[in-house]
Amino acid sequence: MSTPLTPGPSPAGRGEKYETHEHDVLVIGAGGAGLRAAIEALAQGASVGIVCKSLLGKAHTVMAEGGIAAAMANVDSADDWRVHFRDTMRGGKFLNNWRMAQIHAQESPDRVRELEQWGALFDRTEEGEILQRAFGGHSFKRLCHVGDRTGLEMIRTLQDRGVQMGFHVYMECAVTRLLRDGDRVCGAFGYWREQGRFVVFKAKAVVLATGGIGKAWRITSNSWEYTGDGMALAYDAGAELQDMEFVQFHPTGMVWPPGVQGILVTEAVRGEGGMLRNRLGERFMERYDPKQMDLSTRDVVARAIYTEVREGRGTEHGGAYLDISHKPADYVKRKLPGMYHQFLELADVDITKGPMEVGPTCHYMMGGVRVDAETASSTVPGLFAAGEVAAGLHGANRLGGNSLSDLLVFGRRAGLAAADHANRTRAVTPTAGEIEDASREMLEVFERPEGESPYVIHRDLENTMEELVGIFRNEEDLVLGLEKLADLSERAHRVRVEGSRLFNPGWHLARDLKSMLTVSEAVARSALARHESRGAHSRTDFPKSDPGWGRRNIVVRRAKEGMELAERPVPEMPAELAALVESP
Amino acid sequence: MKEAVLHVFRGTSEGGAPVEYRVPVAPGMVVLDALHYVQGHLAPDLAVRWNCKAGRCGSCSAEVNGRPRLTCKTRMDSLPLDQPVTVTPMRAFPVIRDLVTDVSWNYEVNRRIPPFHPRAGTDWKMSQADIDRVQEFRRCIECFLCQNVCHVLRDHEKKREFGGPRFFVRVAALEMHPLDDVSRTKLLKDELGIGYCNITKCCTEVCPEDIRITDNAIIPLKERVVDDYYDPVARFLGKIFGSGKAES
Repeated sequence: MSTPLTPGPSPAGRGEKYETHEHDVLVIGAGGAGLRAAIEALAQGASVGIVCKSLLGKAHTVMAEGGIAAAMANVDSADDWRVHFRDTMRGGKFLNNWRMAQIHAQESPDRVRELEQWGALFDRTEEGEILQRAFGGHSFKRLCHVGDRTGLEMIRTLQDRGVQMGFHVYMECAVTRLLRDGDRVCGAFGYWREQGRFVVFKAKAVVLATGGIGKAWRITSNSWEYTGDGMALAYDAGAELQDMEFVQFHPTGMVWPPGVQGILVTEAVRGEGGMLRNRLGERFMERYDPKQMDLSTRDVVARAIYTEVREGRGTEHGGAYLDISHKPADYVKRKLPGMYHQFLELADVDITKGPMEVGPTCHYMMGGVRVDAETASSTVPGLFAAGEVAAGLHGANRLGGNSLSDLLVFGRRAGLAAADHANRTRAVTPTAGEIEDASREMLEVFERPEGESPYVIHRDLENTMEELVGIFRNEEDLVLGLEKLADLSERAHRVRVEGSRLFNPGWHLARDLKSMLTVSEAVARSALARHESRGAHSRTDFPKSDPGWGRRNIVVRRAKEGMELAERPVPEMPAELAALVESP
Repeated sequence: MKEAVLHVFRGTSEGGAPVEYRVPVAPGMVVLDALHYVQGHLAPDLAVRWNCKAGRCGSCSAEVNGRPRLTCKTRMDSLPLDQPVTVTPMRAFPVIRDLVTDVSWNYEVNRRIPPFHPRAGTDWKMSQADIDRVQEFRRCIECFLCQNVCHVLRDHEKKREFGGPRFFVRVAALEMHPLDDVSRTKLLKDELGIGYCNITKCCTEVCPEDIRITDNAIIPLKERVVDDYYDPVARFLGKIFGSGKAES
């Protein structure tokens, strides 16, 4: 299976040694999608390796709070997949891939039941079934949950399942390049974060499950891992990215004190009855969405809070008040224990007694690798993508709760298709030249006599994206943003790393910066190209939605001269689904 | 702006020493923010594990002024800033570099625990009251602070004979799952060495999730082991009527 420390290429790779591992299916990322993909590929009899930048069980899925959307109809008996499908399409402003939305709505109940059969314990109804709660944009109580720690329950269940089934876990290992044989992917190159040694994976199929790109913004709910690696790896390997202009700003992040700015405040607070008010005590959502009010979709609520603050009706620290203290204290502590402790310990606020201060925080990327709805395969043979790294399901705006179900439904499909692909493919050994090049790229940052710290460039990137490619956009800002990104890329090429290869976060960030810059450019270019406002993409110079743009997805791909944009028609729904979506 | 002095352990498995850093203190700042300031401005290669910065992933465990803590939940204003704040790696695990330790042993222990196995023919209905206790155990974020502070591991290094509080919590969650039908008492007794625990409750004290590890997980498990292996009446009745759980 593995050949430790194969003599490396020379002389260009400086005699660098690397170890080699071989699997039928290599999964990159061990959050919900990666783990579910690995479990499915294992179930098909494939040998599976799963690579993760952190320790197993720490991936960003662990931060998911509110629940998993699945039309199980345990609480509201009128719910079924058709309603879930309709809600998802409406939430995504019809830019979604309809087939993905259909598969997702149809399969998510089974994926939830499966988790329960593997040991997950969801909160219960009086009748002993899985309890479901209300969430923004969902017509019925639909989110299966465990208090406000649903993601932890999910990741623990999946990781234990995978470990028992026997996947090989490569923890604290980062992939920097996909290796190719002609057009197809045949493996990956990476390094162990701990010792800094290089590793080559030989694989017949690769599944990307690396999540999003939130660390490119200053105010974000995302962890250090969220650096757009999978999108950048896919782009570099020739795959198409899609819908990159659609970045979700979650309406409720913490705003005070400064150190906690951006940390997520779950939508479950509003799902459980929490109300938003401005400084004047007005329930301002009446002005933005009088029908759905506080449980409107995230794009609408985020813009509403942003607008209230900009027009002078914000709270002391520039946010809105979110209040759940009208509910009994015991109920709040039972249903929202994480929020209760988070505010008490980090902000000195007792949410059972008074309101929280909240404001928008960068949260989720709707766009990503363009994939086939049935198989999660990208436009590059042998390369699959599932979860946040993939595009299509959520269109222009994701509904809360649809992410965890996305991970399960399309993680499983990606694992299935990757194992099937591996079965029909012979293994290919990556070329020495590509490996040499990949190791040179990692090592040159140590050899520069001078250069900037990657931390400084990262701070400037965060500020650029926050200020120029944020919630509200216009041409002037985006053009300036692209100029700044070009300058940052130049600086990133001259970055210098101090210290050794032994667990060196500065070195790791230097590589992550490259991915962030590629993906940030894709976001800014796509945002500049879409001359309308739709879902999470709000152009002050094009404030209305345009039916013509509603029929086109923007895709981004690598060309000789750099990044190239193209348009693809949004797939047309069959008549019966179109009728469903248009029904009141 | 106020300033804090940090004494952060810098070193590897071969040794090391505290290094002093001066960090400006902002309102609401936590120790992890201070460490990030050091990385961003003073020592870009300072090795620290972290992910969520919200007390939910359990990555940023260390010892602050000698106390095992999540650095993301330890407020600077809760510490006496007229003296240096010491930050050292968890002591029960080998240092890799600076504040990063080798916690892989925990993953090896976990692999030995038989997974959830549902009773045949269940209809999957469970009442909330029956799962409250198990949900308490499943709150565990695997920060390994309980492992770090447990004297059986910290002072006596019984990693071969003893599983540690984290894995008693995990076994308890499986054993008390209302639909599980596997018994893990033999594993607890023979492999995880639950007998070594003399219930000093150090683990419970440091748990950032407030799991009552000793009272709710370890003591009931010890009772199960006693019932299955040391109580002749219970053993006899178990043989006649079946204990309800098959041995793993």
